[in-house]
Amino acid sequence: MKVLVGVKRVVDYAVKVRVQNKSVDLNNVKMSLNPFCEIAVEEAVRLKEGKQADEVVAMSIGPKQCTETLRTALAMGCDRAIHVSTDLRTDYIDLQPYAIAKIFEKVVEQEGSDLVLLGKQGIDSDCGQTGPMLAGFLGWPQVTFAANVEAKDGGIQVERETDAGTETINIPSLPAVVTCDLRLNEPRYATLPNIMKAKKKKVDTIDADSLGVDLEAHNEVLEVFEPAQRKEGIMVEDIDQLLDKLKNEAGVLA
Amino acid sequence: MIGVVPQGGNTGLTGGSVPLECEVVLSLENLRDIHSLDPTTGILTCDTGCILQNLLDFAAARDHLVPVDLGAKGTCQIGGNISTNAGGSFYFRYGSLHANIVGLEVVLANGDILNMGCTPANLKDNTGYDMKHLFIGAEGTLGVVTRAALLCPRLPSSRCTTLLACDSFDDVLNVLEVAKKSMGEILAAFEFIDGPTMNLVCQSRSKPLPFPSFQDCPYYLLVESHGSCEEHDQAKMDKFLNTLFDEDYVVDGIIASSLKQMNEMWYLREACNPSCVSRGYVYKYDLSLPIPEFPRFIEQLKEALSDSSLCSLDFFNWGHVIDGNLHCNIVCRDNFELNSSLKERIEHYVFEGVKGRGGSMSAEHGLGQQKRKYMPKLHRPETLSKMHDIKYIFDPNGILNPGKYLPQDYRCFERVP
Repeated sequence: MKVLVGVKRVVDYAVKVRVQNKSVDLNNVKMSLNPFCEIAVEEAVRLKEGKQADEVVAMSIGPKQCTETLRTALAMGCDRAIHVSTDLRTDYIDLQPYAIAKIFEKVVEQEGSDLVLLGKQGIDSDCGQTGPMLAGFLGWPQVTFAANVEAKDGGIQVERETDAGTETINIPSLPAVVTCDLRLNEPRYATLPNIMKAKKKKVDTIDADSLGVDLEAHNEVLEVFEPAQRKEGIMVEDIDQLLDKLKNEAGVLA
Repeated sequence: MIGVVPQGGNTGLTGGSVPLECEVVLSLENLRDIHSLDPTTGILTCDTGCILQNLLDFAAARDHLVPVDLGAKGTCQIGGNISTNAGGSFYFRYGSLHANIVGLEVVLANGDILNMGCTPANLKDNTGYDMKHLFIGAEGTLGVVTRAALLCPRLPSSRCTTLLACDSFDDVLNVLEVAKKSMGEILAAFEFIDGPTMNLVCQSRSKPLPFPSFQDCPYYLLVESHGSCEEHDQAKMDKFLNTLFDEDYVVDGIIASSLKQMNEMWYLREACNPSCVSRGYVYKYDLSLPIPEFPRFIEQLKEALSDSSLCSLDFFNWGHVIDGNLHCNIVCRDNFELNSSLKERIEHYVFEGVKGRGGSMSAEHGLGQQKRKYMPKLHRPETLSKMHDIKYIFDPNGILNPGKYLPQDYRCFERVP
């Protein structure tokens, strides 16, 4: 089984972002591996360790700093990496899921991948669309929000989380696209010897423009703004005041 | 005469804010306005009841960093930090509060308000005796600190944290040498945690170390860099780590690849103290020692206490090793009562061990109630006499935090025995 894992370089989830010039200010901001992609990498590496996958290839789209993100994926255990190089922003402002899925489609065809593992969404754009769109373009079965993946008899069995509960989906034969959710696994730390080894692993760079894919943004971003500031709470003196506020100000008591 | 005990966040470790008898407790918690952060100079002016974490958040939102950072930051107040001259994890990089406090406003025992370079605050001001330094670390015995002007450096845009495991203390010393040489100006923190402590922390949180390959190592190091350019810092980090591996100074290590991992690593370090406390009564010592002497000091202490038939003792050690600061903790397993005779014995050996090595009995935690008794053994009579003179100038009636800090002196009124 040849696995392709999507690895997105995003603003670190712990950063408090600021809005500048109708988009999120990326200047000097800490960037990291998208947490859901990290889970996808971990799952791919486990498939390899379980001898179900023969090769795991990590792929990232973005500027040259993506090679750093790919280095982390390689240190976690991927065999090699592909960097699709572009200076277009990947947080929905420039490149959008349609184009991203098209890029993935090209790479999948070139690589001959059997299984594509993606994070369920990027924490910058929060779209969750790349996986399903890619499956559509490839004409492959898809399972999203995977909480458990088991390779079985040439296919995979995936448990997916929904608001109503967990459903188990059996894909009798590959290829397939799976997007990974939080409870799928806990990603390993990259240990230093593996980080050293990762430097020797192959990273191929492909220019996004050379893929023959339409990279245009088809949706226009009209506005980007910070959520309204929460009003500060107040301390009340006693229960009577509390009841008064709940009744007459908040209107939550009859 | 009524004594007054100023209180901040009550996270002090030497009992300095605990009233002894009938003192009035003066809480600074309502003095919590943050006044300004000058974007050009980085001077942050605030009331001293501000919680350190709030100051850190305020400064970070304005691209600056408060130079003192400790595990208690969610609760401690900057006034307490100033009054104890708190050190913290980035002392090596940003210096002590003596270096970073630009000005202080202090209310004296007689009600006088001293404005020592606080409003307005200038980075350089050589117009008179720099008295604010007396109040930094005075633990509320000379005056109540009410407002501070604190110099904050720019928030580092590049932070890199690694957790390393070493086989021996000699390797710890080697790693320290390599860190200073190859990381140089970007080195910000260098903490150590010994094996038993790391095991205790992992047990307490019921989670194993996030890197199974290096369980049960005798020493763990948390090393962090702060810089202004991720690319440059990565290159320095790479050089540092390559040397460690080429020379075999580390068993293994991990680098944080996200803020979440960075916080997890710091969590391990910050959980050392709480994990100990849950184990039994902790005999806690905060010492300065020559760094190469750490293991010998601990060994000798263990030997001296090995015949203790009173209780099963566990030794947990961690600290800001780069500053020569050892947090030595001896715990009486599953026994939560203070044993005074055991305490006396332990303290005797700790004192001898530190004195013999020219160290300090209180590196950063201060004197409070617990360490004032050492003062006559630590300082010459003429030095102590001058300290008492100063106390008398600022607080002739001895009402500020009586029974703490300085040992008893015939000139100072003390209502408590």
